[in-house]
Amino acid sequence: MNKKTGLKREPLTDAQLLMSITIVIFILMYLAAMAFLQGGFLHPQQIFDMLNDNASLIIVSCGLTIVMIGAGIDISVGAVTSLVVMSCVLYLNGGGNIFGSILLALGIGLAFGVVHGFLISYLEIQPFIVTLAGMFFARGMTTILSVNPQKVEHEGFAALRDVKIEINALGYTAKNGNFVPARMELGVVVALLCVVVIFILLKYVRLGRNIYAIGGNQQSALMLGINVKRTRFISYVISGLLSGISGYVFMMHTGAGNATNAAGMEMNAIASSIIGGTLLTGGVGNVLGTFFGTMTLTTIKKIVVSSGLNDPWWQSITTGGMLCFFILLQSVVLNKRSKSKK
Amino acid sequence: MQDEVLLQMSHIDKRFPGVLALNGVDFTLRRGEIHALMGENGAGKSTLIKVLTGVYRMDGGTITVEGNSISIHSPQDAQNNGISTVYQEITLCPNLTVAENMYIGREDGAWINHKDYEKKAGEILERLSIPARATQQLGDCSLAVQQMVAIARAVDMKCKVLILDEPTSSLDDKEVNMLFKLMRDLKAQGVGIIFVTHFLEQVYEVSDRITVLRNGELVGEYLTEELPQVELVAKMIGKDLDELNDLGSAEEKKTSDKEVFYEATGLSSSDALPFDFQIRKGEVNGFTGLLGSGRSESVRAIFGADKVTGGAVKINGKSVKITRPIDAMKNGIGYLAEDRKRDGIIAELSVRENIILALQVMKGLFKPISRSEAEAFADEYIKALNIKTASRETPVGSLSGGNQQKVILARWLLTHPDYLILDEPTRGIDVGTKLEIQKLVLKLAEDGVSVTFISSEVEEMLRTCSRLIVMRDRHIVGELKGADLNQTQVMKTIAGGEA
Repeated sequence: MNKKTGLKREPLTDAQLLMSITIVIFILMYLAAMAFLQGGFLHPQQIFDMLNDNASLIIVSCGLTIVMIGAGIDISVGAVTSLVVMSCVLYLNGGGNIFGSILLALGIGLAFGVVHGFLISYLEIQPFIVTLAGMFFARGMTTILSVNPQKVEHEGFAALRDVKIEINALGYTAKNGNFVPARMELGVVVALLCVVVIFILLKYVRLGRNIYAIGGNQQSALMLGINVKRTRFISYVISGLLSGISGYVFMMHTGAGNATNAAGMEMNAIASSIIGGTLLTGGVGNVLGTFFGTMTLTTIKKIVVSSGLNDPWWQSITTGGMLCFFILLQSVVLNKRSKSKK
Repeated sequence: MQDEVLLQMSHIDKRFPGVLALNGVDFTLRRGEIHALMGENGAGKSTLIKVLTGVYRMDGGTITVEGNSISIHSPQDAQNNGISTVYQEITLCPNLTVAENMYIGREDGAWINHKDYEKKAGEILERLSIPARATQQLGDCSLAVQQMVAIARAVDMKCKVLILDEPTSSLDDKEVNMLFKLMRDLKAQGVGIIFVTHFLEQVYEVSDRITVLRNGELVGEYLTEELPQVELVAKMIGKDLDELNDLGSAEEKKTSDKEVFYEATGLSSSDALPFDFQIRKGEVNGFTGLLGSGRSESVRAIFGADKVTGGAVKINGKSVKITRPIDAMKNGIGYLAEDRKRDGIIAELSVRENIILALQVMKGLFKPISRSEAEAFADEYIKALNIKTASRETPVGSLSGGNQQKVILARWLLTHPDYLILDEPTRGIDVGTKLEIQKLVLKLAEDGVSVTFISSEVEEMLRTCSRLIVMRDRHIVGELKGADLNQTQVMKTIAGGEA
């Protein structure tokens, strides 16, 4: 090894490599859609629609990425999102105010995170079991609150919900000659903010690096003087909190609560993280990758629908295929890498 | 400088259920010395180290550092008192950079300044001449360098006492020399180093003093230069030296002239290049070569442990197909894997369960071995191999390394193999057990069992094998027997000098 190479750029880490692959595939896929399917794909609004529809998925995926980097799992996020939506809708309809509803959302998310984190870190129960229990519990609670769909009647909230950020530069002129600016919902801003904050947290904050360490090798992390239990606890608290935020964003998007809201969201979030280069074994992952993972997943679903395959099962089948493809690709790339290192 | 006492452990007691692991042990470390801690497995070395590093709580005794009495309840306490440990297994995180590994867990404040850490880490790496870049992912470094990074971390933590627990067991000669240089540098800076190892030559190469433990008691503390190697061994095993010579020299060993048991032509696997090989009944032969020369890969191919890609195999003159371990086992071949933690023991299962494992597989899962039968087998082999365990139901994970190895050996002996492959059976275990295993190998051969023996210690192979197959760069480069079986000849063949 040459000492003089100290200034040379380091080769990409595993996480960076996997993320780069995802970004490239996302761009290629999008370009292909633009070329062959045209239609909506030619307008920037398509991207904003994807963001508008998936802001809450992006948020829970960020939480899942954190937990997965710490070699854990949290499958309660979809159910907690749903519970938050229903609770907030009922609270607002019962005469609550906006500020209170935000606190309620954060509080519910935090409570789930704290309980999960405590059971997993301090009582050392398997994260899968704990968050599975949390998932059933949250789903059950949602149904108890209301079996029927509930629409938000609160006026202040309706105003908040309808806030759209209009970007004229990315707009287009419709067939009837009216100019339509690109529209982005408030929830997207929240989601992008979450991505940025979590990115900084994971890269430049001690807590974030400690999460990587416990995911890389828990025993080593302990020997290196990291408070493994507390770190793991906090990772679940963050995931819970993000589920709360996700719930609020979800409500801002749909404006209604329904017991089946966000069904299967946890699985989409896991898929997004994995496609973005997070390894289930822990220690490797990147929240930017997760963001692009979500976008990739969404794009493929859009492509499926635009190709005329409207039946809902086609989306599931392609998602399954995608996930399989990415996992295979990752394992091939990582294997090749570890061989070339030798 | 070497007379100033840095660390004093006095009358340390440690009890485990049913065992007194340490009985009034004293240990003294002076500033700027390398102090080897020696003893057989089960002598109490690991226990003493774990008491010092806060992994175990001692039941009695005192520890002072620089004259101040301290109490150690956790690894953190130990670190805060300037006691750092570098373990045999790397205890760093492979997914982080070298710099992060040096600073994580002890930064101030919530924010991390990567640039700053990389600069500081770079300076230390440079000062200690460690060939790694601060920005590199640790997992990309060789094991030796990873170990050095662990040491660099300890140094940066201003450690006064550095414990190196079997640091050299997975390093090659060049890497060992790099490590020794680093150790000497640190010694010159006044660090007291406790060096735990099984390699006697290494003890004599670097250490200033030796403390010997046996059965949880202190045998004595000696200056290295005043203690000849044979005496050290005698003190460690507490036996007569004559036993060491019992095994006879290589020249006396005749190659077996019985019929060929196993013969392979052009055998190759995913990891081994094609090779020819044969072994006769009652023969002990060995594969030798440097780490990575392909010796383990070759025997793994014989056992079908890796994907077999070609070649013909005959057993007792009949063609057979061995592509999976179960094929090999059904043909009477047993294989003791190199890495007993990964490929051998199942730590959570009891000694009994581990012993009957291979036999059960051979019989098939639908013909269970009865409990009483299994207990009888376990007792028989615990006695025959002198396995030190609290009972046959003790989880294997709690046994010492040498005894774990014996359990695996018992597992294969129970299947009454015709051909036994032992890959590094004596690695990381004490001198006494090594001798027992060597003797056992020779006894098996007398009973007509063929044995292939692999060891990093050439001397050990010369004592047991009547034929040595030498490998270099994944090819067989020579076969030594008879008068050629001596250290010089082996070294020459490995190194590539024509005889």
